[in-house]
Amino acid sequence: MPAMDMTNPAALPADWRDFLALTKPRVMSLVVFSGLAGMLAAPELPPLALGFTAILCVALGAGACGALNQWYEVELDAKMRRTAKRPLPDGRMDRQSALHFGVGLAFFSVLLMGLATNWLAASLLAVSILFYVLIYTVWLKPRTPQNIVIGGAAGAFPPLIGWVAATGHFAALPLLLFAIVFLWTPPHFWALSLFVRSDYAAAGIPMLPVVAGFENTRRQIFLYSLPMALAAVAPWPLGLAGPIYGGSAAILSFVFIVLSARVLANRASEPKHMAAEKHLFGYSVFYLFALFAVLVADRWLGW
Amino acid sequence: MKLEEEVVRRQRERAKITALLLGAFVILLFFITIAKTGINW
Repeated sequence: MPAMDMTNPAALPADWRDFLALTKPRVMSLVVFSGLAGMLAAPELPPLALGFTAILCVALGAGACGALNQWYEVELDAKMRRTAKRPLPDGRMDRQSALHFGVGLAFFSVLLMGLATNWLAASLLAVSILFYVLIYTVWLKPRTPQNIVIGGAAGAFPPLIGWVAATGHFAALPLLLFAIVFLWTPPHFWALSLFVRSDYAAAGIPMLPVVAGFENTRRQIFLYSLPMALAAVAPWPLGLAGPIYGGSAAILSFVFIVLSARVLANRASEPKHMAAEKHLFGYSVFYLFALFAVLVADRWLGW
Repeated sequence: MKLEEEVVRRQRERAKITALLLGAFVILLFFITIAKTGINW
């Protein structure tokens, strides 16, 4: 009898935990939260079962994106320390299983969304999955340092989907939420790519620090944080949110700009000297959570 | 642990999780149907 070979994907069915890892649960949590915020900020709420199903579909759609992304990028992931231990590059799963899982999740999430809520929300979910997989992963990411800028649109869909799932139509506020996430994505990812630059360079991914250098990337981070802050505060003067949101958004965005300015002032090229970049990256995640949380609080506390 | 035992263990785990997810899906479909038909309890 042969000894157990954990790295032979042909010999072993993949562990269920590896399927879970394919869905990138940490990324999914932010996607779910922003989708939920979009739904809870809407003027009307769907019945609990339908609202729950809509958010479940957003989560499954995000999981499909993660699985298909990892299926397509297995060779790239194997070259980067940060991703080399994922199920596919580590040899714990065969590629076909990941492809079937991703495509299955994508179809299931879109169909269930359409049947449970409305087909406009389902169409938006389908567009966001296709955008992430085809436009971002396959087309832009390996070709241009602007990959994150345009690809960021895929991550900006969830609050819009949440709103449309609840109401059945578009409105100004969810489009602004889309703009906020869209403008937030470049500084968020470029802060990360500054201190994992060597990983991206080794994998041949043309992230901005690899192609344009540290200084240019830091300038772009700062420049993007300004319109992002404007978009974040905009719902208040436009009468789409109240002072609780407006004041909180202004403070949160001011801190974001200050941290971006610290990144701009940093001249380090070694990750161990990039505390400012790491702070901005960590804060950017908190920023989006907090911004959407106060938006929902503002909506429900009355304005 | 031998390879065959590990294969069976993983297949059992996956079968259990699939069963749980299918059960949860049936319950979800029930509540979706109730919500879509607008029945008040």
